[in-house]
Amino acid sequence: MQHIQLGAVDYTLLIVYFAFVLGIGWVLRRYVRSSEDFFLSGRSIPAWIAGLAFLSANLGAQEVIGMAASGAKYGMMTSHFYWVGAIPAMVFVGLFMMPFYYGSRARSVPEYLKLRFDEKTRGFNAMTFAVMTVFSSGISMYALAKLLELVLGWSFHMSVILSAIIVLAYIFLGGLTSAIYNEVLQFFLIVLGFLPLVLLGLKDVGGWAGLTAKLETVATNAGFSAGAWSDSWRHLNSASANPMGVEWFGMVMGLGFVLSFGYWCTDFLVVQRAMAADSMTAARRTPLLAAFPKMLFPFLVILPGMIVIALQAGGTGLLPIGSDGTPNYNLAVPVMLAHYLPTGLLGLGLTALMASFMSGMAGNVTAFNTVWTYDIYQSYIRPGRPDAHYLRMGHAATVFGIVASVAAAYATTKFNNIMDMLQLVFAFVNAPLFATFLLGMFWRRTTGHGAFFGLLTGTLVAALHHGLVLPLGAAAGLKGGFLGAVLHTYPSEMAQNFWTAIFAWTSCFVATIVISLLTRPNKSDEDLKGLVYALTPRQRDEHLPWYKRPATLGVVVLAFTLVLNIIFW
Amino acid sequence: MKLDLRLPIGLMFTIFGVILTLYGFASDRAIYNRSLGVNVNLWWGLVLLAFGLVMLAFALRGGRKAERGS
Repeated sequence: MQHIQLGAVDYTLLIVYFAFVLGIGWVLRRYVRSSEDFFLSGRSIPAWIAGLAFLSANLGAQEVIGMAASGAKYGMMTSHFYWVGAIPAMVFVGLFMMPFYYGSRARSVPEYLKLRFDEKTRGFNAMTFAVMTVFSSGISMYALAKLLELVLGWSFHMSVILSAIIVLAYIFLGGLTSAIYNEVLQFFLIVLGFLPLVLLGLKDVGGWAGLTAKLETVATNAGFSAGAWSDSWRHLNSASANPMGVEWFGMVMGLGFVLSFGYWCTDFLVVQRAMAADSMTAARRTPLLAAFPKMLFPFLVILPGMIVIALQAGGTGLLPIGSDGTPNYNLAVPVMLAHYLPTGLLGLGLTALMASFMSGMAGNVTAFNTVWTYDIYQSYIRPGRPDAHYLRMGHAATVFGIVASVAAAYATTKFNNIMDMLQLVFAFVNAPLFATFLLGMFWRRTTGHGAFFGLLTGTLVAALHHGLVLPLGAAAGLKGGFLGAVLHTYPSEMAQNFWTAIFAWTSCFVATIVISLLTRPNKSDEDLKGLVYALTPRQRDEHLPWYKRPATLGVVVLAFTLVLNIIFW
Repeated sequence: MKLDLRLPIGLMFTIFGVILTLYGFASDRAIYNRSLGVNVNLWWGLVLLAFGLVMLAFALRGGRKAERGS
């Protein structure tokens, strides 16, 4: 692939952006006095800022690049990640879970698990989470540096070191506040940087009508009915009728319920943003306010991929073809940038790409330093020290987290399958966790032993299921089937993942109930006040104007999402 | 509130808008072949400038309100 040439104006935009990012950290440094300031922004963030940060922390480079790649590979069905997955989950976490997260005054998700269940459940979650965040920030650093090397010819080392130093500097200076403020800046930059790309692409293919017409060729060439790339629901009756290889039950249950709720409701990376909000109402509104822009994101991140694949069929052939004969879908966004944007806007587009990467990485690092300091260091290594000690530890953990991420990025260059393996383990750990939270928050009889061993059961069942099935055309190994026998073959990896999640969630749910009934409750009703639905006073919102009431916001956002589903049915 | 976030957002996008608009005027028309003949630097520069100025206006108004309040 030929490298894109950047002009002086492109570099200027990039440098201005870096200056602002560092400047925000510099200004905020004097507000960091205690560990609560550093790890939780002193719980002082207004709802709109927390909401946009909630969104942006998840909007890493992998999301931008990966969703466009899926848009090219699977078409409009990719919107299910938003309109079936993320939005309902965000409404649920805002309306039903935030009262316990925020109300319990827990400082992290693992700490909530300790208050609700016991030490071992917290320890298990804290350890796995800490390891996972370091690796996922390392992997996204690797992905970005590889991309910049391929597209711009920048040196891999320079990209890694430069981005690591900038993220380190602004988190070190201003802690979570600095990460959150920058995430909001990055949010606007990502939207305003990618929007011209989408508009130009749409103009080029002749609007939505022109796009669907071109995508019909893509679909029929691949052996599907004409609308397979431009409809979201019509082809879900059987797994063989759509490019994703899933049927509606696996999609709604696996992706919509288990994976999305598991991620948005239990992942500390996003929950931390809401925990930093300045009041209970603000915390509950955080995910709801985030859901409004999130609802429109498919047009920003999925459409570029669909446009690229439509042009591919039209003969322009933008995507380079890999050695196995399939296009390199991950390059959808970069080739669009190079194809449509002249010097000037090109710099803006690349700055947006860098911003998405930095927001994702900062999200991981701030979640890591908090879990490490509060849930591992303060709990098991050095309890009972003065607050200043933990603040120093937070600074040290930030440096350590970044260095470990860089190491993980280099490890990924050496062992390419680390990435696949970690995504696998992540799915094993996250999917059952949602069952644990659901039972913990809504069934007061759930016991500590039930939660811990239920979680273990869910994780093991996920591994077992994965070890006994394979996606079509894959060899036994990391992709599945590693237990010797292959009992079932799924039409795609996506379908396999969805079903692994369903098995993991269900087994954790059942095992937790059974073990809880067999063991004695380890917490009294008094202990569980504020942690469990039945023992927590209802939130009263009558004093708020209707547009600030969480329940109203939730209903409105769900109604809009329903309309979007119907329009693109 | 520690730092009115609208201030840096407004400033950054105003600077971006000015740079892109000026560049849109100065640049050679030939580079816009790839953007379908549209001078996107000029037009999008103006969009960013407008967004930046609106954010700045909100920040300044908010700042005055806070002064009166205290």
